[in-house]
Amino acid sequence: MPNTTIKTSKPIGYAYIEDKMFYEMLTYGFMQKAFITGSVIAIACSLLGVFLVLRKYALIGDGLAHISFGGVAFGLLFSLMPFFSALAFALIGSIGIIKLRENARLHGDTAIGIVGHASLGLGIFIVSMARGFNVDILSYLFGSILAIKTAEVFMSVLLAAIVILLIILFYHDLFSLTFDEQSAKTSGINANFLNTVIITLTAITVVSSMNVVGLMLASSLIILPAASSLQLRQSFKKTLFFSALIAVFCVNTGLILSFIHDWAPSGTIVVVNTLVFLSLLFARSIIS
Amino acid sequence: MTDEVVAVDGLNFRFGRVKVISDVSFSVCEGDFLGLIGPNGSGKTTLLKLILGIYSFNQGSIKLFGEDIGAFKKWSAIGYVPQKATNIDEAFPATVREVTGMGLLSEKRFPKSFSKDDMDRIKLSMETVEMGDFSEKRIGELSGGQQQRVFIARAIVSNPKILFLDEPTTGVDQESQKRFYGLLSRLNRDGITIVLVSHDVGRITKYATKIASLNQRLDFYGTHAEFCAWDAKHHHQNEQTHRICLHRG
Repeated sequence: MPNTTIKTSKPIGYAYIEDKMFYEMLTYGFMQKAFITGSVIAIACSLLGVFLVLRKYALIGDGLAHISFGGVAFGLLFSLMPFFSALAFALIGSIGIIKLRENARLHGDTAIGIVGHASLGLGIFIVSMARGFNVDILSYLFGSILAIKTAEVFMSVLLAAIVILLIILFYHDLFSLTFDEQSAKTSGINANFLNTVIITLTAITVVSSMNVVGLMLASSLIILPAASSLQLRQSFKKTLFFSALIAVFCVNTGLILSFIHDWAPSGTIVVVNTLVFLSLLFARSIIS
Repeated sequence: MTDEVVAVDGLNFRFGRVKVISDVSFSVCEGDFLGLIGPNGSGKTTLLKLILGIYSFNQGSIKLFGEDIGAFKKWSAIGYVPQKATNIDEAFPATVREVTGMGLLSEKRFPKSFSKDDMDRIKLSMETVEMGDFSEKRIGELSGGQQQRVFIARAIVSNPKILFLDEPTTGVDQESQKRFYGLLSRLNRDGITIVLVSHDVGRITKYATKIASLNQRLDFYGTHAEFCAWDAKHHHQNEQTHRICLHRG
């Protein structure tokens, strides 16, 4: 976290100190981890976000975050690594959403709400019973990128990289499905399989971003960069590119600002993302 | 028959308890321009989606190119322009080139990518529908008529043998409709079989070589001349049909 000695030296030469602080920041191992993890996860979230926002599934990230919360509480209760228990819950929950939608003939948002709140309720029940890990659980709710463990960095980066790779491999089919599902089916595209791929990738991405912005704000990394990029009115490929660029910029700017000013990293990242979105929205309203 | 492209036999379909398609049988042969007409809610769009395998049916059989729809894999032989295709999100970030390229996915294997030859085919398809100059424009920036031509480009880029169109001119101005039907006639003359669903009886009977009139059951199936005779004998669906039938007859 920020060095208080440097902060109090502001009157001597603020620009010099800020500059020195910036280079110092880059030498800290925890900040290097934060930049690497944050950037890779930002790319995964933002790429996936374009498909989800355009398919009007933007809030699925929130539902999967609720499911993951139950997994975190379960992991803490049984002394498991919360990252893995959250991942298991998110993956099982995502299958539950698909099955509920198919078999119980519920709308997607209803299925997400039922599974998400059931798991959230279970998580709160476990927390109230255990009465011992309230502080731990807060770090999963609001993010703890600066205190992230090396094993979690490795897992987050690996999973995010898998998500990015799968998006690249399935790019054409995902694009077609996003544009027009029925026409995609007549192109021989297996829509059910791809929908399962999308929801599974979202589950993995939400859990991977848990350490960066926390479960409470996980879906913000999915929604905001995509929504910002869509303001640029570009081709689909360029929209994906700009979404990733904006996400990486916002995550790293948020981390730097939070380090310098001792702000909460997750909140700062989301605020920066929101400001970028509002700026682009405003710029577009002037142009058009 | 060897030139039978679509064969529907004893088809029945229900949405829950509501019967939508009842004992429908007909076939479409190579080179036909079939106009599928009927009042709103008569099951036209449902029938098309059944033929395309989008819906699963309860009873009967559907064959495409002699192959049962459940086992049919050669989707590149099929072109499809869905209903309300022009009702797309204005902000959707897809260019004319990107939308046209989607039509090639049916012939690609995982992991899918486009070659130089594919890009040339996309260009040719855009030029066929006179949209070559708009290749980098976003689809949302185009007029309804232009968007419709892009969807035709997407449908024909894989050189399909049959083209299915569902109410393709809804919300498109008269002049664009005229150009659009002219384009369909040209494609039909070039050898593409066309199945066009429309409630615009006047327009469809002017261009189609065969007519199928659906109202849950298949009321009529035959050539344009037979349709005019049948329509005059039974009832005029509307005055416009009558006038056009007389004009062509």
